[in-house]
Order: sequence, then structure tokens, then C-alpha cells
Amino acid sequence: MDALDLARWQFAITTVYHFLFVPITIGLSALVAVFHTAWVRKRNPEMLRLAKFYGKLFTINFALGLVTGIVQEFQFGMNWSDYSRFVGDIFGAPLAIEALLAFFLESTFLGLWIFGWGRIPEKLHAGCMWAVHIGTLLSAYFILAANSFMQNPVGYRYNPQSGRAELTDFAAVLTNKVQLVTFPHVVFAAYMVGGAMVMGVGLWHMRRVNKATEPAARSDLGMYRKATRLGAVVTLVAGLAVAVTGDLQGKIMTEVQPMKMAAAEALYESSDSNAPFSLFTVGSLDGSQEKFSVTVPGLLSFLATGSFDGKVQGINNLKAEYAQKYADNPLTQSTTYVPNIPLSYWSFRLMMGVGFAAMAAAAAVLWATRRDQVPTARWWTWLAVATPLLPVFGNSFGWIFTEIGRQPWIVFGLMATHTGVSPSVSAGEVITSMVVYTLLYGALAVVEVKLFLHYMRAGAPPHEEPVTPSEKDEDAELAFAY
Amino acid sequence: MDFPTIWFIIIGVLWTGYFVLEGFDFGVGMLLPVLGRGTDAADGEKRRRVLINTIGPVWDGNEVWVLTAGGATFAAFPHWYATMFSAFYLPLLLILVALIVRNLGFDYRGKRDDDRWRANWDKAIIVGSFVPALLWGVALTNLVRGLPIDANKEFTGNLFTLLNPVSLLGGIVTLGLFLTHGALFTALKTSGQIREDARGVATKVGVVTAVLAVALLLVLGTQHGGNAWSWLTTVVAAGSLLAALGANLRGREGWAFIGTFVTIAMAVATYFLLLFPNVMPSTLNDAWSLTVDNASSTTYTLKIMTVVALVFTPLVLLYQSWTYWVFRKRIGTQHIPAAAEPVAAGR
Repeated sequence: MDALDLARWQFAITTVYHFLFVPITIGLSALVAVFHTAWVRKRNPEMLRLAKFYGKLFTINFALGLVTGIVQEFQFGMNWSDYSRFVGDIFGAPLAIEALLAFFLESTFLGLWIFGWGRIPEKLHAGCMWAVHIGTLLSAYFILAANSFMQNPVGYRYNPQSGRAELTDFAAVLTNKVQLVTFPHVVFAAYMVGGAMVMGVGLWHMRRVNKATEPAARSDLGMYRKATRLGAVVTLVAGLAVAVTGDLQGKIMTEVQPMKMAAAEALYESSDSNAPFSLFTVGSLDGSQEKFSVTVPGLLSFLATGSFDGKVQGINNLKAEYAQKYADNPLTQSTTYVPNIPLSYWSFRLMMGVGFAAMAAAAAVLWATRRDQVPTARWWTWLAVATPLLPVFGNSFGWIFTEIGRQPWIVFGLMATHTGVSPSVSAGEVITSMVVYTLLYGALAVVEVKLFLHYMRAGAPPHEEPVTPSEKDEDAELAFAY
Repeated sequence: MDFPTIWFIIIGVLWTGYFVLEGFDFGVGMLLPVLGRGTDAADGEKRRRVLINTIGPVWDGNEVWVLTAGGATFAAFPHWYATMFSAFYLPLLLILVALIVRNLGFDYRGKRDDDRWRANWDKAIIVGSFVPALLWGVALTNLVRGLPIDANKEFTGNLFTLLNPVSLLGGIVTLGLFLTHGALFTALKTSGQIREDARGVATKVGVVTAVLAVALLLVLGTQHGGNAWSWLTTVVAAGSLLAALGANLRGREGWAFIGTFVTIAMAVATYFLLLFPNVMPSTLNDAWSLTVDNASSTTYTLKIMTVVALVFTPLVLLYQSWTYWVFRKRIGTQHIPAAAEPVAAGR
């Protein structure tokens, strides 16, 4: 492996790892804010307990999302310096704006929320979690605008004198049609994660409390039921929105990145009309032709274009077209113009598969908890544990598909990935950082999961009537301290 | 003034914001083993928790200043960002690892009632504060001294290019400044014995740092194009550090903290004045230096960024200041609640 392969692996590992925590942060911050606000408005102690309980799980997760995010921000310059030079005029702005608008908001108001008990007025305190949530949404918007430029570059011109892409229309970058559909897709996918997390944890406690015999423990059943059902509804509704936006995204992808759609389907030959949707396709080892497949006629045409008669281009035609179009320019020259087909094909399917499975699980939970029922069969424990993970992995597969399907481009049609790597960084240096990140991230994953499970098992803390700032005694212990 | 120059100043301001704020939380982190040594194990634990809780609600917001500085450098000077971040590859890796373990230390340390768990995270906080406090100084001093940069704006040196005596002195100076700044912050934010101890540490470390800082700025100023403005900021930096130490001796902790605040700001200003109009001078050939003009983004990008910065920076300053106001009270060991770990409700 050379420095290029290593840098790509490193980006893949650190990004996928970082994005395990991001959707949890986006989704859970909204639900914690909902619980906290519900308490402020209706004074139901259960809502405050839920806000504190899920808030604790949220902060454990946020910490890792934050620290792994710093690595991402530095990585462009460290491993991808030629990419940074080429697109910095366009790509840097959303990153800087993300830090200024979103990161300050998230980190400052989360600090206020965590330590603010009894120090700031209640309404303002609940508002702090909403500020955190708004921060996560702003962050998502700007980082996705940057990513959408890589998928479908707009609002720029290539300047032959400076040898780089330069911004001509910032509004066009922020309203890139890929961005306008990717942002809701990613945010709803994050709400699915948040919903499934609240649902899974709630269901686990419902079943635990239901088995308890002492009445004090049993009194929590209603609280966990509310959490479970709210989480299930959020998972289902957000799941539908993910499916709708994903469908729109597919049509735009067919238009701006036809190769990605062809790779997603392992569609080797163009189909003038009635393109089949592949349920299972095996290609030849070099990825140039189809060996065996099971298909649904016409479905791909419909998914990609909205009509069963739509034309969908195949991998082989596109490959020939790209080779002719891009081979002369050193920036766009590549040994292949085809992404990794099996990876594109399977990540696309797994993304949808785990997403639909999460929705099915949410529907099952809603059914099983209808009226005053509590699901008792043993396998519900497994469902409670597995369901939060499904949409998390759905997010991962979605990103793996999006980024692999873009290859060999770092910026589609404008810059090939191999031209973006840092020329002054040696393979040895990249190996060093790769080993360090892998070991560190692995160890932290163990710590985080243990801590998360520990606090998950502990359940919602007992209710404490909060002290308002004016009633506080100077020497009283802090309501919260590290 | 043209847009690249404005952005050079803004990036200087962002680094200033980073060092004056995170500087003291690095200092507090490094002082855990010094100021956190109590009369017995239980007292020590309480004192360490007092220290950590003085910065608990704010360290995260402080750290965003460096993310904004990095992002702004990417947006306004892509070549500066690309050359600097790839040149400082291994030091930045160390800084990233340090920040990761330190930040998790703050968040995770109190989440289990277990002495070994806490001791391990304490180590993470101490080392994780020490490493960036040292390496940021080494890195920025290397910028002022110049680096072997070729005609393609690429760094041609290696790790040992960065480890020269002057840059190491630069690292020791940031370390000393952050220790002093952190000790004064502790003195300002705590009550009881820990406050007295912090003032003592500030004086001891501050005197040594003052000598080293003056030596460093003299060397850099004479060797790397000191001008009237940079000498002025050097004098103000040195003067405010001495004033800070004097105020500390007289028990005026607020003024002392403002003193080191100004010292750090003026030290950053001196560095940026020595750099200008370069952003990364080349030691191989003056013509290959990265400058505010040849490293910058287009005017269009810089204009947009200027509008965004003008609108949102005051807002950030406003709510960040409000956080400091909310958590303005001094804390002492009596405020620290018992360590509590939730008991697992069932399996």
C-alpha cells in the first residue's frame, strides 16, 4: 500500500467512526429537548427524569463525536493537501462557517445545559438543548453543502492561471440540488437513529420494570412506555421521510452521477427502457460483466427516472464515455472510471435493508405495546438491543455507498482522488497516524460502549425537584459537577 | 486594507482567542498533580474535582476557537492550510491524540466511582494538556523562523527540522504562559487553600516564564525582522506579564488574570507582526515563501467570509461571555458533591 491507499483507508476509517456518533447526536439532542420542554410546560416529573436519563446517554456519545470531529477538520490539510489547495476557495468556507455558527453553539450551550441545573431559569435551560440541536442541524447543513460540492460541483469556475477551482456563486453551493435533497435525507436518518435509541432503551426498561414485583419499581412502567412509543413513532415517521428523500436523491443521482446509480445496481449494459432492479447480481472478477442475476423488470427505470420506460445508462457505456472525456487532463486522468462495484452494490442494499428493518421493528414495537401491553417473549430483549444499531449502520452504509460510488473522483468530474493526496507526507507518516487512530479509536469504542451500557442499565434517575437560582444557598453543593 | 490582510488579522485574532481561553484550561489540566495534591487521598480527589469544575462548563467552547482558526485558514488561505498542516503532520497527530484523551477525560472521569478509572483519566488530562501546550508553541515558532518550502509550496524537511532550539524554547514559553495563566484562573475561580496554592504557583512559574519569554521574543525580533509595531507588542507583552505577577502578589487576582490574558494576546500579535506579509516564509528561497497574497483565496470568497465573520463573531462572543457570567462564582471543596455512580437497575 502506498501513501494514497493509506490516506484513503484512514479517511474511511476515521469518517465512518466519527459518523457513528453524529446521527446519535443530531437525533438524541432533539428528543432530549422534547422531554425537557415537556417537563417545563406540563411539570410531569417523568419527563424531567427522561430528559436527564437520555441526556446522560447523549453526553457520553457527544464527547466521542466531538473529539473524532477535530481529526476530520485537520485531516484535509494533513493527508489531502493538494485537494485542499485545489478546492480551498470553495470548500473551506462552509467548513469555517460550520465552526463559527455550529460548533460554538453546540459546545457552549451543551456546557450550559450540563452544568446549568439550578443556575439558569428553567425555560432558558430547556432552550439550551434546543440551541444544541439547532447547532447540530447547522453543522449538518454546512458540512453536507461541502460534500455535495464533491458529488456535484456547482457555483465555481476552473482558473487555469491559479490552477484551482474558484468560487463564483456561494448561493449556488449552498443550494446545490444534491444538497437540498441530501440534507433532509441525512437529518431524517439521524432522527431515525435518535428515535430507535429512545425506543430500544425504553423497551428494555419496560420489560425489566414489568418483571419487577415491588410496586415502586413498577411505577416507572408508564414512563418507559411513553419513551418507547415516542421513539417508535419518530423512527417510523423519520423512516418514511428517509425513504421519500432517498427516492428523490436516487433520481438526482441518476442525472448527475449516472455511474453511481449503475454501480448501485451492477447494471453493466445500458437499458433503453424498462431497466430491471437487481435483487442479486454477481459480476465477473474484473467487474466488467454480469454473470448471474435475479431482477425485477422495469423497477430500476422507475426508481431512477420515475418512469418504467426511462433509460438507465450502464457501467460499460459510461466507462467508455468517461475514458474519452477525462483521459487527457492530468487532474482527471485515472486508471479506471468505475467505482468498486460489489461494495457500491452491497452497501446500497444494506443501507436500505437495515433502514426498512428498523422501521419494521418500530412498527412491531408499537403493535406490541398497544393499550397497556408489555411484550414478554425473550427475543424482545434482542430486538431492544439491536434496533438502535440498525439505523446507525444504515447511516454508515449510506455514506460508504455515497463516497465509494463517487470514485475515482474526489470532486466529481473535476479532480481524481489520486491527485488530491499530500505530496510531502510519506507513507511511513500515514502508517503511523493510521496505527495510532486505529488503536486509539478501538480502545475508546470499548470504553464508550461499556459506559453507555452502564448508564443505560441504570435507568432514569429518581425525581428531584429542581432548585431555582434565587433559592440557592451560597455554600450549597453544586447540582452537577464533574 | 485589502481582504487578504484583513483575513490575516482575523486568523491572528482567532489564534489569540484560542490561546487566551484554552490556554488557561490547558494550565488547569497540567496543574492537577500540583494543585490537586491534598492533605490525604479524599482531600486530593476533592481538590482535583474543584480544578476540573472551574473549567467544566467552558473548556469545550474554548476549544472551538482552534477549529474555527483551522477552518478559517482553510477558507481564507488554502495554501497556508495545506502547507502547514501537511508539514506539521506528526506534531499535529500528537496534538490531536492529546486533545482526544484530554477531552474525554473531563467528560468520563466522574462517570464511574472507581479510583483507578479516575487516576487513568487524570493522567489523560495532564498529559493531554501538556502536549498541545508545548507543541503549539513549537509549531508557531517554526512558522516565524521559516521552513524549507520549495517552489511548489511543499515542505521538504522532516520532524527534526521542526525540533530546533529556538522553536523548542517557543514551546517552553507557551507551556509556561499557559501554566501561569491557568494558575491565575484557578486563583480567581476557587476559594480556600487551593486558591492560596494557585497564587504561589503562578508567581514561581510566572517569573521563570517572564525571563524565557523575553529571551524568545528578543531572539525572534532581532533575527526575523522585528519592526516598530512588533517591538511595541513585545514590550506590552513583557510589561503586562510583570504587572500580572505584581497584581498576583498583592492578591488582585482579577487584574493578574487580565495581565496574562494581555500577555498571551500580545505574544500572538508579535508573532503575526513578525510573519507579515508572509504566512510561511521559506528558508530556501524568499521567492518561494507563502504570503498573504499568494496563499489566499479569491476576493469573492474572502468578502463572503468577512460578512459571515462580522455578523456571527460578536454573537459568539456575546453568548460565550454569558456562559462565563453564569458560572462566575468561585468554587471550593465544600461545593463538590459526593461522587455518585448510578446503580444498575437490572440486567
